[in-house]
Amino acid sequence: MRPSPLAGAFVLPERPTRKTGMTPDLHCSALTKRFGDTTAVDNVSFSVPPGSFFSILGPSGCGKTTIMRMIAGFLEPSDGDIQIKGKSVLNVPPNKRPVNMVFQHLALFPMMNIEENIGYGLRRAGLPKGEITTKVGEALERIGLPGIGKRKVDELSGGQKQRVAIARCMVLEPDVLLLDEPLGALDLKLRERMKVELKSLQAAFDTTFVYITHDQSEALVMSDNIAVMNEGRFEQMGSARDLYYRPDTAFVAGFVGDSNRWQGRVTRIEGGHVEVQSETGLTLRGASHGRALQAGDMAQAFVRPEAIRIAHGADELASFDTTITGQVTSLLFNGAASRVLVQGEAGHEAIEVNLPQSGEFANLAKGDTVHIGWSSDQANVFAAGGL
Amino acid sequence: MKQHVVMLSTAAVIAISAGAASADTLRLLTWGGYAPEDVVAKFEEQTGHTVEVTKSNNEEMIAKLRATGGGGFDLAQPSQDRIAGPQAEFGIYKPMDLSKLNADLFIPSLMLATQANTTVDGEVYGVPHVWGTSGLVVDTKMAPMVKDYTDLCSPDVAGKVSYRLKRPTLIGFAYSMGLDPFAAYGDEAAYTEIMGQVEAKLIECKAGVKTYWGGGDELMGLLRSGEVVASMAWDTGGWKLNADKPDITFVAPAAGALGWVDTFVLPAKGKADDAAYEWINFVMQPEISAMITAAAGNFTASQGADEFASDDLKARYQASFPQEAIDNIKWYPPVPAGLEAIEGGVLDRVKAAK
Amino acid sequence: MRREAKLGLALLLTPLALWLSLLIFIPHIDLFLVSLRERVGVGKYELSFANYLTFFNEPLYLWTFMRTAVMSILATMLTLLIAFPVSYYIAKMVKGRMQAALFLLCLVPFWVSELVRTFGWMILLRETGIISNVLQYAGLASGPVEMLYNDAAIMVGLVYTSMLFMVVPLVTTLESLSDEVVEAGYDLGGNGVSVLREIIIPHAMPGIVSGCIVVFMLCLGNYLTPTMLGGKESLWFTELIYSQFIVRFNWELGAAFGFMLLILSSLIVWGMLRLTGQSLEKTMG
Repeated sequence: MRPSPLAGAFVLPERPTRKTGMTPDLHCSALTKRFGDTTAVDNVSFSVPPGSFFSILGPSGCGKTTIMRMIAGFLEPSDGDIQIKGKSVLNVPPNKRPVNMVFQHLALFPMMNIEENIGYGLRRAGLPKGEITTKVGEALERIGLPGIGKRKVDELSGGQKQRVAIARCMVLEPDVLLLDEPLGALDLKLRERMKVELKSLQAAFDTTFVYITHDQSEALVMSDNIAVMNEGRFEQMGSARDLYYRPDTAFVAGFVGDSNRWQGRVTRIEGGHVEVQSETGLTLRGASHGRALQAGDMAQAFVRPEAIRIAHGADELASFDTTITGQVTSLLFNGAASRVLVQGEAGHEAIEVNLPQSGEFANLAKGDTVHIGWSSDQANVFAAGGL
Repeated sequence: MKQHVVMLSTAAVIAISAGAASADTLRLLTWGGYAPEDVVAKFEEQTGHTVEVTKSNNEEMIAKLRATGGGGFDLAQPSQDRIAGPQAEFGIYKPMDLSKLNADLFIPSLMLATQANTTVDGEVYGVPHVWGTSGLVVDTKMAPMVKDYTDLCSPDVAGKVSYRLKRPTLIGFAYSMGLDPFAAYGDEAAYTEIMGQVEAKLIECKAGVKTYWGGGDELMGLLRSGEVVASMAWDTGGWKLNADKPDITFVAPAAGALGWVDTFVLPAKGKADDAAYEWINFVMQPEISAMITAAAGNFTASQGADEFASDDLKARYQASFPQEAIDNIKWYPPVPAGLEAIEGGVLDRVKAAK
Repeated sequence: MRREAKLGLALLLTPLALWLSLLIFIPHIDLFLVSLRERVGVGKYELSFANYLTFFNEPLYLWTFMRTAVMSILATMLTLLIAFPVSYYIAKMVKGRMQAALFLLCLVPFWVSELVRTFGWMILLRETGIISNVLQYAGLASGPVEMLYNDAAIMVGLVYTSMLFMVVPLVTTLESLSDEVVEAGYDLGGNGVSVLREIIIPHAMPGIVSGCIVVFMLCLGNYLTPTMLGGKESLWFTELIYSQFIVRFNWELGAAFGFMLLILSSLIVWGMLRLTGQSLEKTMG
């Protein structure tokens, strides 16, 4: 039975852009891909409005690369449709689709120099020589690498290659640019810089980017919209802020950002507030945010380290409905992102807490007694059946 | 090219290592069928020696001995016409001590003729072992008109004949054309002239030739399948086929079959001369010779061995060789050194001709 | 410690040095000296270039050499044309066990000797052979068809014999071509032909060239296939060398031929490398 096109579809919040009202650049409906008995992509639908940066975030093997390859045309969907600028591309071969792809390992042509690499698509399109030279020169200007046209691919640094790979696609002025974890091969420092650069390149070219990654920080920093994917399905789609603060599922809560996580049983429900007794013996209070939960259900609770207040005195935490007194077992210094591990007196597991950098905890040492607490709004509770 | 270097070097290496073997080992360089397993086993049992047999042909025997200066083997069996020339040129043999041989075992006429042909500077180098002829092998039903070498050019058998591009073909055609190449052996100019005529004839005949055969097995396949109905070949080949297909047999050509005698010679650096003499005396015994005749298909120079030969073979021999054909056999005289160069040029040109 | 290392190196290199000097250098020097001798009488020789002059003055020898070279080049190109899709299929289209199986299949013919392989072709191609009979049975031929004893048969034999030596380097280089790069070629607008021409072939060039060199040398130096499958006028240069050495007892001319083959084939290989812009280090390294 063919699922209804709306099943599993997410409606994106309209983003105010000058192109509002136009057909989406990319629209996938009920996209499904099966390999034998396994379903790699299961009934996924989404739209990407023109000029936006859309990311698909998920662990490896979740099916995000399969979606990408179906959009690029390297894989045939088992079911569903892919539309680019309102036109179905299902029967269009990859070389005729108005999408281009930046590959995971960039896939620059080692047998050509930079100029030839960037000009490849233009040559294939049959443009006259002079025009190709002009366009390649412009593209090199735009990525800030003028005059490297005659160099060989292996003479370039990782970041330069990255930019050339994007320029190689952008000279073709595609409707949609697909990027398949292109930062994966770079070292950490460069990756941080390239995140910013990619975002500004996207603005400069004013093209729709579809980006897939397993690195949440890449997705969070660059994207207008993110879809979190797991086991072939979209768990949640929305802005970075939505995903971070209002995860719809336990998977999203656990996958996006860091969290302290407890498994337990709901003991009491009071309006939107839930009391959970964890398996390790901690009683905590959190919010269900409208999710159906009943006393006695198995549940999972997530609290982000930065949502937890730390104090020297218990009285400072009077406004919080979950408070714990414990000892510092470990100091995890990481500059602005430093944390401490606090072991509650009740004997349950250590809790990760962000350390305020305002100076009052500068002298905190291992073994010190501290008080920690959070308001129930900051703790997300999900029914455990979801995992 | 590399292959040949490696081949020669390998031969050298083998020769060196084999040289260290005990004198009780007789390293025999011979033709297929001349040292059948049952004969070797009998000899080893009687004498305690070990026999190592290497099968080869005239050209390769001489090339092998030349590569090692006459080492690597203790007894070799080239044809009687290929002894004096190479000996004068390369010195690869050593003289025979005839006193160590039992002369009574040999047919006297063959013994004397062979000794005469293999004498260099007054020393005798060879004694006869196996003799035979080459001529025509013909499918008598399909190609009854083929009676002589030049009949192979007849349009009646065009596309269904084969012969070798080797010297017997040149000699056979020359006789068939009424020339006498053996008489011109000593006269280079006359021989070149004869070969020139043969070359023209062979080029003229080329269109009708199916293929120039290279090896005995290949020829047997061609004749047996009927793809070829007339060919130049050895008598034994014809007789063997006759056993399977009665229509095919050996025909002594009108111009005369070409007679050859394979001999025993001692390589210059042979290390087991006594064992070699023992082997010669052993295999020349009539009963043993008959065993060799059975294996090789040819008769030997052993006195009295005919009595032991099979009746079938005798019958085929008599059918192919009436008395006048035997009298007409052209026995190869010793090939003077350098003759191969003239013949080689002719053969190359025939092969290359369109 | 250092002395031990040196001893180890010496021990490692000794077999190679022995092999090179005993089987390559010394025989070649010896052969070269032989090629410079001219026979002036029974057992008498003089130093001269007569043998080389013979090679250049006799059109037959030059013609045979040219023929051998041209046919070897043709066989090399045919082998490449057939081996390339096969190699691409093995390297890129199939994976795992199937890949190993196909590769093994290419290897199987080499478990029997070249002689047997050539006989196999003779059984297939001869007038009373299998193909001829099948054609007659199928009504495609009215009488027996002779496919043996011509240059086409030589070609078939040479290509068959050379196949593996082309497939191995091609599979190796094609395997190193990442799928991404090929996909990028399509993604950016290339079609099958342009991806092949601009991406796959340039990438496989070292493999193509090294395969071609090996196959060319093998064809040039082949003796059995051309002599057994070839026709009445199919002279092969190795055949000339063999007959000079073995049949004519003319080692001097044979050695000169051998050297000419070595020099001319080196020249052709050098020319091929220049033409394709490859270097020996790149293709063999």
